[in-house]
Amino acid sequence: MLLRCGLRGQPEILGAGMNPELEQQLQGELERARKGDRGALARLISVLERGGYGAACVERGLSARAADSYTVGITGAPGAGKSTLVNALLGEMVADAQRVALLAVDPSSPLSRGALLGDRVRMHSHAASPAVFIRSMASRGQLGGLAVATRSARRLLEACGWPLIMIETVGVGQVELDVASTTDTVVVVLNPGWGDEVQANKAGLMEVADIFVINKADKAGLEATRRDLEGALASLPQQRRPAIVETVATEGRGAVDLWAAICAHRQAIEESGELRERRLGQLRAELRGFVEAHLEVALDELFATDCADLQLAAIGRGAVDMPAAGDVLLAELWSLVNSPKRR
Amino acid sequence: MKTAGKRILMAKTGLDGHWRGPTVVAKALRDAGFEVIMIGMARPEEVMQASIDEDVDLVGLNIGGHVDVAVRAIGMVREARPEVPIFVGGVVPPHAKRKLESLGVEVYPPGSQLPDIVAAAVRLTGAA
Repeated sequence: MLLRCGLRGQPEILGAGMNPELEQQLQGELERARKGDRGALARLISVLERGGYGAACVERGLSARAADSYTVGITGAPGAGKSTLVNALLGEMVADAQRVALLAVDPSSPLSRGALLGDRVRMHSHAASPAVFIRSMASRGQLGGLAVATRSARRLLEACGWPLIMIETVGVGQVELDVASTTDTVVVVLNPGWGDEVQANKAGLMEVADIFVINKADKAGLEATRRDLEGALASLPQQRRPAIVETVATEGRGAVDLWAAICAHRQAIEESGELRERRLGQLRAELRGFVEAHLEVALDELFATDCADLQLAAIGRGAVDMPAAGDVLLAELWSLVNSPKRR
Repeated sequence: MKTAGKRILMAKTGLDGHWRGPTVVAKALRDAGFEVIMIGMARPEEVMQASIDEDVDLVGLNIGGHVDVAVRAIGMVREARPEVPIFVGGVVPPHAKRKLESLGVEVYPPGSQLPDIVAAAVRLTGAA
Protein backbone atom coordinates (compact mmCIF):
# COMPACT_ATOMS: atom_id res chain seq x y z
CA MET A 1 0.00 0.00 0.00
CA LEU A 2 2.89 2.27 0.40
CA LEU A 3 3.70 4.41 -2.53
CA ARG A 4 7.17 3.61 -3.79
CA CYS A 5 8.99 5.07 -6.72
CA GLY A 6 9.98 2.33 -9.13
CA LEU A 7 13.35 2.10 -10.81
CA ARG A 8 12.31 4.29 -13.72
CA GLY A 9 10.65 6.77 -11.44
CA GLN A 10 7.23 5.30 -12.13
CA PRO A 11 5.20 5.14 -8.98
CA GLU A 12 3.68 1.81 -8.08
CA ILE A 13 1.34 1.24 -5.21
CA LEU A 14 2.56 -1.61 -3.09
CA GLY A 15 -0.16 -4.07 -2.40
CA ALA A 16 -1.55 -4.12 -5.93
CA GLY A 17 -2.68 -7.64 -6.80
CA MET A 18 -2.63 -8.70 -3.15
CA ASN A 19 -6.29 -9.69 -3.07
CA PRO A 20 -7.70 -9.89 -6.62
CA GLU A 21 -11.13 -10.95 -5.38
CA LEU A 22 -11.60 -7.88 -3.17
CA GLU A 23 -10.16 -5.67 -5.85
CA GLN A 24 -12.65 -6.97 -8.38
CA GLN A 25 -15.53 -6.55 -5.95
CA LEU A 26 -14.57 -2.93 -5.27
CA GLN A 27 -14.21 -2.20 -8.97
CA GLY A 28 -17.74 -3.56 -9.38
CA GLU A 29 -18.96 -1.22 -6.65
CA LEU A 30 -17.20 1.67 -8.36
CA GLU A 31 -18.93 0.86 -11.66
CA ARG A 32 -22.32 0.82 -9.91
CA ALA A 33 -21.55 4.06 -8.07
CA ARG A 34 -20.60 5.72 -11.36
CA LYS A 35 -23.95 4.67 -12.81
CA GLY A 36 -25.72 6.49 -9.99
CA ASP A 37 -26.14 3.78 -7.33
CA ARG A 38 -26.05 5.85 -4.12
CA GLY A 39 -25.76 2.80 -1.90
CA ALA A 40 -22.59 1.75 -3.72
CA LEU A 41 -21.23 5.31 -3.46
CA ALA A 42 -21.95 5.38 0.29
CA ARG A 43 -20.28 2.00 0.85
CA LEU A 44 -17.21 3.12 -1.08
CA ILE A 45 -16.86 6.22 1.10
CA SER A 46 -16.84 3.87 4.10
CA VAL A 47 -14.10 1.83 2.44
CA LEU A 48 -12.06 5.02 1.93
CA GLU A 49 -12.66 5.97 5.58
CA ARG A 50 -11.36 2.60 6.79
CA GLY A 51 -8.16 3.19 4.83
CA GLY A 52 -5.57 0.51 4.12
CA TYR A 53 -5.65 -1.92 1.24
CA GLY A 54 -9.35 -1.53 0.40
CA ALA A 55 -9.02 2.25 0.17
CA ALA A 56 -5.94 1.87 -2.06
CA CYS A 57 -7.94 -0.42 -4.39
CA VAL A 58 -10.68 2.23 -4.73
CA GLU A 59 -8.10 5.00 -5.21
CA ARG A 60 -6.52 3.03 -8.06
CA GLY A 61 -9.88 3.00 -9.81
CA LEU A 62 -10.20 6.77 -9.45
CA SER A 63 -6.78 7.84 -10.61
CA ALA A 64 -7.56 7.94 -14.31
CA ARG A 65 -10.37 10.47 -14.04
CA ALA A 66 -10.16 14.05 -15.19
CA ALA A 67 -11.06 16.61 -12.54
CA ASP A 68 -14.02 18.66 -13.61
CA SER A 69 -16.20 19.04 -10.53
CA TYR A 70 -16.18 22.33 -8.68
CA THR A 71 -15.61 22.24 -4.91
CA VAL A 72 -16.74 24.84 -2.39
CA GLY A 73 -15.45 24.79 1.21
CA ILE A 74 -17.43 26.20 4.12
CA THR A 75 -15.44 26.85 7.28
CA GLY A 76 -15.64 28.91 10.48
CA ALA A 77 -15.85 28.68 14.25
CA PRO A 78 -18.14 26.18 16.04
CA GLY A 79 -21.67 27.55 16.16
CA ALA A 80 -21.08 30.19 13.47
CA GLY A 81 -23.98 28.70 11.53
CA LYS A 82 -22.13 26.69 8.87
CA SER A 83 -24.65 23.84 8.65
CA THR A 84 -27.66 26.15 8.60
CA LEU A 85 -25.95 28.22 5.93
CA VAL A 86 -25.18 25.10 3.91
CA ASN A 87 -28.86 24.14 4.13
CA ALA A 88 -29.89 27.53 2.76
CA LEU A 89 -27.18 27.35 0.10
CA LEU A 90 -28.29 23.87 -1.01
CA GLY A 91 -31.69 25.44 -1.67
CA GLU A 92 -30.17 28.03 -4.00
CA MET A 93 -28.02 25.48 -5.77
CA VAL A 94 -30.88 23.05 -6.33
CA ALA A 95 -33.12 25.90 -7.52
CA ASP A 96 -30.33 26.64 -10.00
CA ALA A 97 -30.70 23.09 -11.35
CA GLN A 98 -27.47 21.89 -9.77
CA ARG A 99 -26.86 18.46 -8.33
CA VAL A 100 -24.84 18.87 -5.13
CA ALA A 101 -22.90 16.48 -2.93
CA LEU A 102 -21.96 17.57 0.57
CA LEU A 103 -19.27 16.17 2.85
CA ALA A 104 -19.94 17.45 6.38
CA VAL A 105 -17.12 16.87 8.86
CA ASP A 106 -17.58 16.88 12.65
CA PRO A 107 -14.97 16.06 15.30
CA SER A 108 -14.20 12.60 16.69
CA SER A 109 -13.58 12.33 20.41
CA PRO A 110 -9.88 11.96 21.13
CA LEU A 111 -10.93 9.99 24.23
CA SER A 112 -13.46 7.44 23.00
CA ARG A 113 -12.89 7.83 19.22
CA GLY A 114 -16.66 8.12 19.01
CA ALA A 115 -18.38 11.07 17.37
CA LEU A 116 -21.67 12.87 17.36
CA LEU A 117 -22.29 14.01 13.81
CA GLY A 118 -25.04 16.60 13.99
CA ASP A 119 -24.79 18.61 10.78
CA ARG A 120 -27.81 16.90 9.20
CA VAL A 121 -30.08 18.18 11.97
CA ARG A 122 -29.99 21.58 10.20
CA MET A 123 -30.47 20.18 6.71
CA HIS A 124 -33.99 18.84 6.55
CA SER A 125 -35.02 20.88 3.54
CA HIS A 126 -33.05 18.69 1.16
CA ALA A 127 -32.43 15.51 3.13
CA ALA A 128 -34.58 13.35 0.85
CA SER A 129 -33.86 15.08 -2.47
CA PRO A 130 -32.40 12.99 -5.31
CA ALA A 131 -30.40 16.07 -6.37
CA VAL A 132 -28.56 16.23 -3.03
CA PHE A 133 -26.17 13.71 -1.50
CA ILE A 134 -25.17 14.37 2.11
CA ARG A 135 -22.49 12.41 3.92
CA SER A 136 -21.39 13.06 7.51
CA MET A 137 -17.75 12.29 8.26
CA ALA A 138 -16.00 12.03 11.62
CA SER A 139 -12.57 13.69 11.68
CA ARG A 140 -11.01 10.50 13.13
CA GLY A 141 -8.02 12.20 14.69
CA GLN A 142 -7.17 14.63 11.88
CA LEU A 143 -6.42 18.13 13.13
CA GLY A 144 -6.76 20.21 9.97
CA GLY A 145 -10.55 20.57 10.02
CA LEU A 146 -11.18 17.67 7.62
CA ALA A 147 -11.10 13.88 7.92
CA VAL A 148 -8.31 11.72 6.43
CA ALA A 149 -10.69 10.43 3.78
CA THR A 150 -12.32 13.76 2.86
CA ARG A 151 -10.00 14.39 -0.09
CA SER A 152 -10.37 10.91 -1.54
CA ALA A 153 -14.15 11.02 -0.94
CA ARG A 154 -14.18 14.28 -2.90
CA ARG A 155 -12.43 12.57 -5.78
CA LEU A 156 -14.86 9.65 -5.60
CA LEU A 157 -17.83 12.04 -5.81
CA GLU A 158 -16.16 13.71 -8.77
CA ALA A 159 -15.68 10.35 -10.48
CA CYS A 160 -19.35 9.59 -9.87
CA GLY A 161 -20.37 12.70 -11.75
CA TRP A 162 -21.39 15.10 -8.98
CA PRO A 163 -20.65 18.44 -10.66
CA LEU A 164 -20.77 20.52 -7.51
CA ILE A 165 -19.26 19.40 -4.20
CA MET A 166 -19.46 21.23 -0.88
CA ILE A 167 -17.20 20.46 2.05
CA GLU A 168 -18.20 21.71 5.49
CA THR A 169 -15.31 21.58 7.96
CA VAL A 170 -15.20 20.87 11.65
CA GLY A 171 -15.76 24.07 13.65
CA VAL A 172 -12.29 25.62 13.43
CA GLY A 173 -10.16 28.16 15.26
CA GLN A 174 -7.41 29.96 13.42
CA VAL A 175 -5.06 27.50 11.77
CA GLU A 176 -7.09 24.48 10.64
CA LEU A 177 -6.63 25.17 6.97
CA ASP A 178 -6.83 21.83 5.14
CA VAL A 179 -9.96 23.16 3.45
CA ALA A 180 -7.85 25.71 1.58
CA SER A 181 -5.80 23.01 -0.15
CA THR A 182 -8.88 20.89 -0.91
CA THR A 183 -11.47 23.26 -2.35
CA ASP A 184 -11.72 25.77 -5.20
CA THR A 185 -13.66 28.48 -3.36
CA VAL A 186 -13.24 28.93 0.39
CA VAL A 187 -16.11 30.53 2.33
CA VAL A 188 -15.26 31.67 5.87
CA VAL A 189 -18.26 32.19 8.16
CA LEU A 190 -18.06 34.82 10.91
CA ASN A 191 -20.64 36.40 13.22
CA PRO A 192 -21.29 39.94 14.48
CA GLY A 193 -19.27 40.67 17.59
CA TRP A 194 -16.73 38.07 16.58
CA GLY A 195 -13.61 40.16 17.14
CA ASP A 196 -11.90 43.40 16.33
CA GLU A 197 -9.51 44.50 13.63
CA VAL A 198 -6.60 42.75 15.35
CA GLN A 199 -8.43 39.44 14.99
CA ALA A 200 -9.28 40.30 11.40
CA ASN A 201 -5.59 40.85 10.64
CA LYS A 202 -4.33 37.63 12.23
CA ALA A 203 -2.68 35.01 10.10
CA GLY A 204 -4.36 31.76 9.18
CA LEU A 205 -8.05 31.39 8.54
CA MET A 206 -8.49 35.05 7.59
CA GLU A 207 -5.90 34.72 4.82
CA VAL A 208 -7.47 31.79 2.96
CA ALA A 209 -10.98 33.17 2.54
CA ASP A 210 -12.25 33.84 -0.96
CA ILE A 211 -15.59 34.97 0.43
CA PHE A 212 -16.49 36.13 3.93
CA VAL A 213 -19.96 35.56 5.28
CA ILE A 214 -21.20 37.50 8.29
CA ASN A 215 -23.95 35.14 9.41
CA LYS A 216 -26.54 36.00 12.08
CA ALA A 217 -26.49 39.47 10.52
CA ASP A 218 -29.62 40.37 12.49
CA LYS A 219 -27.55 40.40 15.69
CA ALA A 220 -25.97 43.47 17.26
CA GLY A 221 -22.46 44.37 16.16
CA LEU A 222 -22.88 43.79 12.42
CA GLU A 223 -21.60 47.23 11.43
CA ALA A 224 -18.45 47.00 13.58
CA THR A 225 -17.63 43.52 12.29
CA ARG A 226 -18.08 44.63 8.69
CA ARG A 227 -15.93 47.71 9.27
CA ASP A 228 -13.12 45.69 10.92
CA LEU A 229 -13.20 43.16 8.12
CA GLU A 230 -13.14 45.81 5.41
CA GLY A 231 -10.29 47.53 7.21
CA ALA A 232 -8.26 44.33 7.26
CA LEU A 233 -8.90 43.68 3.57
CA ALA A 234 -8.29 47.23 2.42
CA SER A 235 -4.60 46.65 1.67
CA LEU A 236 -5.37 43.91 -0.86
CA PRO A 237 -5.67 44.84 -4.54
CA GLN A 238 -9.29 45.25 -5.59
CA GLN A 239 -9.49 42.09 -7.71
CA ARG A 240 -8.09 39.91 -4.91
CA ARG A 241 -10.32 41.36 -2.21
CA PRO A 242 -12.77 38.73 -0.87
CA ALA A 243 -16.46 39.58 -1.15
CA ILE A 244 -18.34 40.10 2.10
CA VAL A 245 -21.86 38.68 2.24
CA GLU A 246 -24.35 39.18 5.07
CA THR A 247 -26.73 36.34 5.84
CA VAL A 248 -29.37 35.22 8.32
CA ALA A 249 -29.15 31.54 7.51
CA THR A 250 -32.03 30.44 9.76
CA GLU A 251 -34.36 32.49 7.54
CA GLY A 252 -32.50 31.83 4.31
CA ARG A 253 -31.71 35.54 4.00
CA GLY A 254 -28.63 36.30 1.91
CA ALA A 255 -28.25 32.75 0.59
CA VAL A 256 -28.95 33.94 -2.94
CA ASP A 257 -26.21 36.60 -2.58
CA LEU A 258 -23.76 34.00 -1.31
CA TRP A 259 -24.49 31.67 -4.22
CA ALA A 260 -23.97 34.63 -6.60
CA ALA A 261 -20.66 35.47 -4.90
CA ILE A 262 -19.49 31.85 -5.23
CA CYS A 263 -20.38 31.81 -8.94
CA ALA A 264 -18.59 35.15 -9.45
CA HIS A 265 -15.45 33.87 -7.70
CA ARG A 266 -15.50 30.72 -9.77
CA GLN A 267 -15.77 32.69 -12.99
CA ALA A 268 -12.95 35.02 -11.92
CA ILE A 269 -10.44 32.25 -11.10
CA GLU A 270 -11.40 30.25 -14.18
CA GLU A 271 -10.74 33.25 -16.40
CA SER A 272 -7.51 34.31 -14.69
CA GLY A 273 -6.05 30.81 -14.77
CA GLU A 274 -5.76 30.77 -10.99
CA LEU A 275 -8.05 27.74 -10.80
CA ARG A 276 -5.49 25.64 -12.68
CA GLU A 277 -2.79 26.68 -10.20
CA ARG A 278 -5.06 25.91 -7.25
CA ARG A 279 -5.83 22.46 -8.62
CA LEU A 280 -2.10 21.71 -8.87
CA GLY A 281 -1.70 22.78 -5.26
CA GLN A 282 -4.61 20.56 -4.25
CA LEU A 283 -3.07 17.58 -5.99
CA ARG A 284 0.23 18.22 -4.27
CA ALA A 285 -1.44 18.43 -0.85
CA GLU A 286 -3.40 15.27 -1.56
CA LEU A 287 -0.31 13.32 -2.59
CA ARG A 288 1.56 14.50 0.47
CA GLY A 289 -1.39 13.61 2.69
CA PHE A 290 -1.47 10.15 1.13
CA VAL A 291 2.21 9.57 1.93
CA GLU A 292 1.81 11.02 5.41
CA ALA A 293 -1.14 8.79 6.21
CA HIS A 294 0.82 5.68 5.27
CA LEU A 295 3.91 6.79 7.15
CA GLU A 296 1.75 7.34 10.19
CA VAL A 297 0.40 3.81 10.01
CA ALA A 298 3.98 2.52 9.86
CA LEU A 299 4.92 4.74 12.79
CA ASP A 300 2.04 3.37 14.85
CA GLU A 301 3.23 -0.13 14.00
CA LEU A 302 6.76 0.75 15.05
CA PHE A 303 5.64 2.12 18.40
CA ALA A 304 3.61 -1.04 19.00
CA THR A 305 6.83 -3.10 18.88
CA ASP A 306 9.39 -3.24 21.73
CA CYS A 307 11.80 -1.35 19.53
CA ALA A 308 10.52 1.97 20.84
CA ASP A 309 10.43 0.65 24.42
CA LEU A 310 14.08 -0.38 24.20
CA GLN A 311 15.05 3.12 23.15
CA LEU A 312 12.89 4.64 25.87
CA ALA A 313 14.59 2.46 28.47
CA ALA A 314 18.00 3.47 27.11
CA ILE A 315 17.05 7.14 27.35
CA GLY A 316 15.86 6.53 30.91
CA ARG A 317 19.23 4.97 31.85
CA GLY A 318 21.02 7.89 30.26
CA ALA A 319 22.66 5.50 27.79
CA VAL A 320 21.51 7.47 24.72
CA ASP A 321 20.14 10.92 24.10
CA MET A 322 16.92 11.79 22.28
CA PRO A 323 18.45 12.53 18.84
CA ALA A 324 20.43 9.27 18.86
CA ALA A 325 17.34 7.24 19.86
CA GLY A 326 15.40 9.09 17.17
CA ASP A 327 17.96 8.09 14.55
CA VAL A 328 17.64 4.44 15.53
CA LEU A 329 13.86 4.58 15.29
CA LEU A 330 13.96 6.41 11.97
CA ALA A 331 16.19 3.65 10.58
CA GLU A 332 13.72 1.07 11.92
CA LEU A 333 10.83 2.98 10.38
CA TRP A 334 12.57 2.95 7.04
CA SER A 335 13.12 -0.80 7.09
CA LEU A 336 9.53 -1.31 8.26
CA VAL A 337 8.27 0.72 5.31
CA ASN A 338 10.40 -1.41 2.99
CA SER A 339 9.69 -4.77 4.61
CA PRO A 340 8.37 -7.50 2.28
CA LYS A 341 5.37 -7.99 4.60
CA ARG A 342 3.95 -4.66 3.54
CA ARG A 343 4.14 -5.33 -0.17
CA MET B 1 -15.11 -3.68 21.76
CA LYS B 2 -14.66 -2.82 18.12
CA THR B 3 -17.07 0.08 18.02
CA ALA B 4 -14.60 2.45 16.31
CA GLY B 5 -15.87 3.33 12.86
CA LYS B 6 -19.29 1.73 13.41
CA ARG B 7 -22.01 4.15 12.38
CA ILE B 8 -25.44 4.58 13.94
CA LEU B 9 -28.24 6.76 12.57
CA MET B 10 -30.41 8.38 15.24
CA ALA B 11 -33.70 9.90 14.13
CA LYS B 12 -36.79 11.18 15.81
CA THR B 13 -39.94 10.18 13.96
CA GLY B 14 -42.28 11.44 16.68
CA LEU B 15 -43.48 15.02 16.40
CA ASP B 16 -43.18 15.81 20.12
CA GLY B 17 -40.37 18.00 21.38
CA HIS B 18 -38.86 15.50 23.79
CA TRP B 19 -35.21 15.64 22.81
CA ARG B 20 -33.62 14.58 26.08
CA GLY B 21 -33.99 10.82 25.48
CA PRO B 22 -32.36 10.57 22.04
CA THR B 23 -29.67 13.08 23.04
CA VAL B 24 -28.69 11.12 26.15
CA VAL B 25 -28.64 7.87 24.18
CA ALA B 26 -26.58 9.44 21.38
CA LYS B 27 -23.98 10.69 23.86
CA ALA B 28 -23.76 7.29 25.54
CA LEU B 29 -23.20 5.67 22.14
CA ARG B 30 -20.57 8.27 21.27
CA ASP B 31 -18.77 7.59 24.55
CA ALA B 32 -18.79 3.90 23.67
CA GLY B 33 -16.85 4.78 20.50
CA PHE B 34 -19.63 4.80 17.90
CA GLU B 35 -20.05 7.45 15.23
CA VAL B 36 -23.60 8.67 15.78
CA ILE B 37 -25.28 10.54 12.95
CA MET B 38 -28.06 12.69 14.38
CA ILE B 39 -30.71 13.81 11.93
CA GLY B 40 -33.24 15.10 14.46
CA MET B 41 -36.92 15.09 13.63
CA ALA B 42 -37.25 13.37 10.29
CA ARG B 43 -39.84 12.04 7.88
CA PRO B 44 -39.67 8.34 6.96
CA GLU B 45 -38.27 9.27 3.51
CA GLU B 46 -35.42 11.19 5.17
CA VAL B 47 -34.64 8.33 7.52
CA MET B 48 -34.46 5.96 4.58
CA GLN B 49 -32.26 8.26 2.46
CA ALA B 50 -29.90 8.90 5.36
CA SER B 51 -29.62 5.19 6.11
CA ILE B 52 -28.37 4.73 2.52
CA ASP B 53 -26.14 7.79 2.08
CA GLU B 54 -24.55 7.53 5.53
CA ASP B 55 -23.92 3.76 5.13
CA VAL B 56 -24.94 3.12 8.73
CA ASP B 57 -24.66 -0.19 10.59
CA LEU B 58 -27.69 0.42 12.80
CA VAL B 59 -30.75 2.69 12.85
CA GLY B 60 -32.19 4.05 16.11
CA LEU B 61 -35.63 5.65 16.11
CA ASN B 62 -37.15 7.75 18.88
CA ILE B 63 -40.83 7.33 18.16
CA GLY B 64 -42.51 9.45 20.84
CA GLY B 65 -45.82 7.59 20.70
CA HIS B 66 -46.36 8.03 16.93
CA VAL B 67 -46.32 4.36 16.12
CA ASP B 68 -47.75 4.56 12.60
CA VAL B 69 -45.02 6.92 11.41
CA ALA B 70 -42.39 4.68 12.99
CA VAL B 71 -43.83 1.61 11.27
CA ARG B 72 -43.66 3.44 7.93
CA ALA B 73 -40.04 4.48 8.58
CA ILE B 74 -39.14 0.91 9.55
CA GLY B 75 -40.74 -0.40 6.35
CA MET B 76 -38.84 2.04 4.17
CA VAL B 77 -35.47 1.38 5.83
CA ARG B 78 -36.11 -2.36 5.56
CA GLU B 79 -36.74 -2.05 1.86
CA ALA B 80 -33.63 0.09 1.23
CA ARG B 81 -31.24 -1.61 3.69
CA PRO B 82 -32.67 -5.05 4.56
CA GLU B 83 -29.45 -6.07 6.35
CA VAL B 84 -29.46 -3.13 8.79
CA PRO B 85 -30.89 -3.75 12.28
CA ILE B 86 -33.24 -1.20 13.85
CA PHE B 87 -33.91 -0.37 17.48
CA VAL B 88 -36.59 1.87 18.87
CA GLY B 89 -36.93 3.99 22.01
CA GLY B 90 -39.12 6.70 23.42
CA VAL B 91 -42.69 6.57 24.64
CA VAL B 92 -43.90 3.21 23.38
CA PRO B 93 -47.36 2.04 24.55
CA PRO B 94 -47.51 -1.70 25.44
CA HIS B 95 -49.62 -2.69 22.42
CA ALA B 96 -47.20 -0.83 20.17
CA LYS B 97 -44.23 -2.59 21.75
CA ARG B 98 -45.69 -5.95 20.72
CA LYS B 99 -46.44 -4.69 17.23
CA LEU B 100 -42.92 -3.29 16.75
CA GLU B 101 -41.30 -6.43 18.10
CA SER B 102 -43.34 -8.49 15.67
CA LEU B 103 -41.61 -6.46 12.93
CA GLY B 104 -38.27 -7.65 14.23
CA VAL B 105 -37.04 -4.43 15.87
CA GLU B 106 -35.79 -4.21 19.44
CA VAL B 107 -37.76 -1.86 21.71
CA TYR B 108 -36.36 0.17 24.61
CA PRO B 109 -39.27 1.94 26.38
CA PRO B 110 -38.87 4.54 29.16
CA GLY B 111 -37.04 3.04 32.11
CA SER B 112 -34.52 1.23 29.91
CA GLN B 113 -30.97 1.49 31.21
CA LEU B 114 -28.24 3.17 29.15
CA PRO B 115 -25.75 0.32 29.56
CA ASP B 116 -28.39 -2.08 28.16
CA ILE B 117 -28.99 0.19 25.16
CA VAL B 118 -25.24 0.50 24.52
CA ALA B 119 -24.85 -3.28 24.86
CA ALA B 120 -27.64 -3.75 22.32
CA ALA B 121 -25.89 -1.39 19.89
CA VAL B 122 -22.63 -3.32 20.30
CA ARG B 123 -24.42 -6.62 19.67
CA LEU B 124 -26.52 -5.38 16.74
CA THR B 125 -23.56 -3.78 14.93
CA GLY B 126 -21.40 -6.83 15.46
CA ALA B 127 -18.88 -4.79 17.44
CA ALA B 128 -18.71 -7.26 20.32
